[in-house]
Amino acid sequence: MSDIHGQGAEGAGSQRPLDTFPRLLMHHAAVRPQRPAMREKEFGIWQTYTWAQVAENVRAIACGLAQLGFRRGDRLAIVGDNRPRLYWSVAACQCLGGIPVMMYQDAVAQEMVYVLQDAEIKFAIVEDQEQVDKLLEIAGEAPLLEHVVYDDPRGMRHYTQSLLMGLDELQEAGRIHDRNQSDFLDREIAKGASDDISVMLYTSGTTGKPKGVCQTHGAFIAAATGAIQFDKLTEQEDILSYLPMAWVGDHLFSFAQAMVAGFTINCPESAETVMIDLREIGPTYYFAPPRVFENLLTQVMIRMEDAGSLKRRIFHHFMDVARRCGADILDGKPVSGGDRFQYWLGKLLVYGPLKNVLGMSRIRVAYTAGAAIGPDLFRFYRSIGINLKQLYGQTETCAYVCLQPDGQIKLDSVGKPAPFVEVKLADNGEILVKGPMLLKAYYKRPDATAESINAEGYFMTGDAGFFDEDGHLKIIDRAKDVGKLADGSMFAPNYIENKLKFFQHIKEAVTFGAGKDFITAFINLDLEAVGNWAERRGMPYSGYTDLASQAAVYELIRDCVEKVNADLAPDPNMSGSQIKRFLILHKELDADDGELTRTRKVRRNFIAEKYAVLIEALFAGRQSQYIETQVTYEDGRTGKVAADLRIEEAKTFAPQAARKAA
Amino acid sequence: MKMNDMAAAGPAVAAGGRQIGEVVLDLQNISLRFGGVKALTDISFDVREHEIRSIIGPNGAGKSSMLNVINGVYHPQEGRILFRGEERRRMEPHMAATQGIARTFQNIALFKGMSVLDNIMTGRNLKMKCNLLQMALYWGAVQKEEIAHREKVEEIIDFLEIQSVRRTPVGQLPYGLQKRVELGRALAAEPTMLLLDEPMAGMNVEEKQDMCRFILDVNDQFGTTIVLIEHDMGVVMDISDRVVVLDYGKKIGDGAPDEVRNNEDVIRAYLGTSH
Repeated sequence: MSDIHGQGAEGAGSQRPLDTFPRLLMHHAAVRPQRPAMREKEFGIWQTYTWAQVAENVRAIACGLAQLGFRRGDRLAIVGDNRPRLYWSVAACQCLGGIPVMMYQDAVAQEMVYVLQDAEIKFAIVEDQEQVDKLLEIAGEAPLLEHVVYDDPRGMRHYTQSLLMGLDELQEAGRIHDRNQSDFLDREIAKGASDDISVMLYTSGTTGKPKGVCQTHGAFIAAATGAIQFDKLTEQEDILSYLPMAWVGDHLFSFAQAMVAGFTINCPESAETVMIDLREIGPTYYFAPPRVFENLLTQVMIRMEDAGSLKRRIFHHFMDVARRCGADILDGKPVSGGDRFQYWLGKLLVYGPLKNVLGMSRIRVAYTAGAAIGPDLFRFYRSIGINLKQLYGQTETCAYVCLQPDGQIKLDSVGKPAPFVEVKLADNGEILVKGPMLLKAYYKRPDATAESINAEGYFMTGDAGFFDEDGHLKIIDRAKDVGKLADGSMFAPNYIENKLKFFQHIKEAVTFGAGKDFITAFINLDLEAVGNWAERRGMPYSGYTDLASQAAVYELIRDCVEKVNADLAPDPNMSGSQIKRFLILHKELDADDGELTRTRKVRRNFIAEKYAVLIEALFAGRQSQYIETQVTYEDGRTGKVAADLRIEEAKTFAPQAARKAA
Repeated sequence: MKMNDMAAAGPAVAAGGRQIGEVVLDLQNISLRFGGVKALTDISFDVREHEIRSIIGPNGAGKSSMLNVINGVYHPQEGRILFRGEERRRMEPHMAATQGIARTFQNIALFKGMSVLDNIMTGRNLKMKCNLLQMALYWGAVQKEEIAHREKVEEIIDFLEIQSVRRTPVGQLPYGLQKRVELGRALAAEPTMLLLDEPMAGMNVEEKQDMCRFILDVNDQFGTTIVLIEHDMGVVMDISDRVVVLDYGKKIGDGAPDEVRNNEDVIRAYLGTSH
């Protein structure tokens, strides 16, 4: 592990290795004091803080905290939007050997209680009145809480609670303290070690209670150093920090990587202005979940529909060109001279201005992760010359396991194992990872820690996947959801369902097949998309149930299913997973009926039980099946929907590669 | 929620830390007629420094006329108006503005084609010292002055949380936001007294809550005296210090919200008993 430390910032001379974040910060303040470290838009103008200013402010906050009685190992809760002063608080806390615990700023008060209690929090630094109100509301349930420091004094004048304090006051007190005993903080920083816990990030808790993941300085520095080498990032990068600070991705991109490489992070004015701020900053390095990329594309498409017919034709012509050769040009693959010329023209007329509108003119590297990204979406951005890539990681691995290398982009893989990371597959297909970026422990949960790290030191991700012929990792599903067909070939329901859901006409899909001879699917229409489609062809329908039973709609969906089958066929691991029979459900799956979770994930087992007759009919080869289902309306009343569901067959394709022995 | 917190934070001092002071505006026996129509008859009430004073009443009770009298748009045939101890004789609306009185309108009166920023900037009109020629040349002190005004406007944008629409033409904004921009323009004049004519008309509950919070914040942070016309009784009773009730141009009640709520005449007027 020691070979990693200090790689991000060499030339520290005789000083100690740069193996903790406070040392990295002081290093940047010494070697590039005037480079911008952070920008924040305030009162409509971008304010810049240099590394020297950041270091000075962090020292002040740290000394202020120390005077309040903050001790080594104490946890500091940090709640708010991406504000420079909150990032400084993270660093200040680390200077004192404390552990910052970021919390989601949009969580309601009651959701915060758990973390406050679990992490035994005594100190909190929060953004504004809104967060203060929440903490005051639950202060009774978290009796350890002694100090709440707020950044923005607006609306706080009449709060008289003794545990409150303004960050300005705290910094002022800290500055005086730092002036009087300037070696105090240097001594504290010197006490830090690479394997001290640098941050605690809570898992989302979709399975059970959230767990505090303790990560060390060494882990995050290794993850950041590896990614920086991998993408050749420099101190010149600009990144927009707008994703929640409590999320591991933001901590890696906006804190750890910036601290190691010394580049600039930019904080948007408010959550609503992110798109405007993106354009003004023009980041060179960008991270966003697929949802954000999708929204941007939708906006562009809507505006194009409103444009004049000449503009529209130019746009569509050059988008066709881009689709044909854009991604290949980006990957440096051979492309004919004619196409090259057309692409060059397109860049002048369409792609360049479009990237400018999106705020992506300067992007060198962009990443997406967190959910499956649609193929059309992914191709769109790559074809107009934006180097969009995918990565894979968890909170427990500093969001750092696999990265897609430049020029080797595959839509459905997450790339190769990142530098310093070792990935292997367990017998059941579960992905196991090992490396310096692994968590130290779950906070106060030795049982959970022992469960998640096996005897050889591999972290068990709980995801199932496989390596393709080029050594790229493909994630297929949660390991516990992966089953086997009767002939022993793998059945990964989520993987197939995601492929189905990328079609705009399909909203939800549930596949079945574990222990059976073939795979079947329930389909839920996207009422808006299919409704529009029906209106354009003048097809009358009275509602969802009616639409779902029409032969033309079945035709439409069968087409989608067959496209998925064609897509699965060439893949030796997946060709057995083609969908043979399907039906369109007579009602929309709904969280009120218990069929989806509140985050809109399908509850597979519940659905299998509730619609057992339909599944039986699918596998028994019947042509139709009558069913009556109880539904819950929004006001809590219940009613019944009954329908005679049609069941159809879809074409399957012969595998091109040898299929696993049946 | 915030409103309750504020009240709870300092029950000893009215709705926060502000001190309600002397009478700043005293209206004595005001009568206003348009030809034979009596809009206001013999109305007297006063407004104290830093308070939130509401004027309520059924449709056509004379609320807006009252506001227009304060603002100098209408000139009452009878009665005296004392502003900061001085009697007003002849009065024009722009004089009210120079005296530190700003207002918003019942029907939004913004420049629809101009951005939010520019609309609020127009509120700085009276604070601009340079002459037209200097401004046209954009030379010397003008630049400095514009920067100073822009800073003030940005503070207001931040205060009203409308950063995301700073450059959007006002006509494209939803109604609730337009009302907020209008409040912003009034605030840009840095008034000591703010006249709000039905700031919450046509809003949904959430927009109303936001607007209430902004009104309370303006009153609390800038110490601005507020005269408010409003239909929504819930809002009026929650945020006002004192309430005047008008009906058919006559004053039928005056006092703290609780007193007014229990006043027989007020109840009758609102329940619509025949006259």
